Amino acid sequence: MKIAISSEGKTLEAKVDSRFGRAQYFIIVDSETMDYKVIDNAAVAQSSGAGTKAAQTLIDEGVQVLISSSVGPNAMEVFKAAEIPVYKAIEGDVKTNIELFKNGSLEKITEATNQGHHHH
Amino acid sequence: MRRVKISVLSGKGGTGKTTVSVNLAKTFNNSLYVDCDVEEPNGYLFLNPQIEDEKTVEVIIPEINSDKCTLCGECVKACRFGALTKLIKKILVFDHLCHSCGACFEMCPYDAIVEKYKPIGTIRKGKAQSVDFIDGKLNYGEATGVPILKEINKLIENVDKPVIVDSPPGTSCPVIHSIEGSDLCILVTEPTPYGLHDFDLAVQLVKQMGIPMAAVINKAGEGDNIIEEYCEKEGIKVLAKIPFKKEFAEAYSKGKLLIEVNEEVKGIFEKLTTDALELIKK
Ligand code: SF4
Ligand code: SF4
Repeated sequence: MKIAISSEGKTLEAKVDSRFGRAQYFIIVDSETMDYKVIDNAAVAQSSGAGTKAAQTLIDEGVQVLISSSVGPNAMEVFKAAEIPVYKAIEGDVKTNIELFKNGSLEKITEATNQGHHHH
Repeated sequence: MRRVKISVLSGKGGTGKTTVSVNLAKTFNNSLYVDCDVEEPNGYLFLNPQIEDEKTVEVIIPEINSDKCTLCGECVKACRFGALTKLIKKILVFDHLCHSCGACFEMCPYDAIVEKYKPIGTIRKGKAQSVDFIDGKLNYGEATGVPILKEINKLIENVDKPVIVDSPPGTSCPVIHSIEGSDLCILVTEPTPYGLHDFDLAVQLVKQMGIPMAAVINKAGEGDNIIEEYCEKEGIKVLAKIPFKKEFAEAYSKGKLLIEVNEEVKGIFEKLTTDALELIKK
């Protein structure tokens, strides 16, 4: 299964980034083999719509699950429509969160956890 | 009298921008007050206009014709605002992220995007005795008030009296649209280091746009020299200093005009109107 995690760094030991749309990187991990791929979040610099842009990137990558924490309302709507479940990350590194997800210890989120930002 | 457009702005909200605008409009008499602070228009609270006309402002947003759409994704790439997302079976449009830039319509190779009208706000016209009144209001949660400001600009293009524009706070896109074509910008600030910081941002913006400007210090008092020194350096005239009194805050909270509760302030505004026109003539 392909799992995406918002991350501050480029390895499985990196800390989870608590933001979604403005996370530095996404790490996409194959939960069976633990192989992973790093994606630079191009939406970071976006003045508006960063959340939906980032969501699009992950959908295009064929991600099946997202682990993050601060997901805005628009991105949440995208994930709902794309039927990609979102799980709430706990503080710590990427690897730990994957393990927690695998044994069912992460909490699923269905509502936006921030109200989005306005930059004009 | 010919049209002169005077825009009142401040680098940040809450510095007395509306107070200066409404009192200025009223002092001019036979003027037009325009509230361009579309996210939070509150000039009407002080002027109590009789509203004569109200119209809806609409923008064009995309609607995807799923019969024609091949899910090629060109529109998603074209959208700089993240308003379009491609799912496996359809394109998702986020209306309130859409800035109506038109890029997706242009880029779609299959003519699958249909124009849809969406109301984003209203423009009201009215009269407050001798002062004509216009204000714009953006519906809550909408992406940008710029289309409303463009409409308003058309309405005030050929007015033959002084136009006082109460600009949006800050220094972003909407401010640029609202002060465009002004004969003079009046920048309102409070005499504090924070005030100066925001004031400076506004000054730089107005300078870039090449519009003449002057300053008004609100809640003037001990700290004035920090603003005055800056203005001296920048070659900006301080046209008025409005003192702060407890009764002013009271008048404000009751929606009263300062020039109606205090003779001294009335004098200050009379001088401000003359000085402002003087500056414009030069
Ligand atoms: S009109 Fe512009 S902002 Fe709106 S969806 Fe199309 S490309 Fe995006
Ligand atoms: S560009 Fe046109 S055809 Fe391609 S995905 Fe967008 S709407 Fe569909």
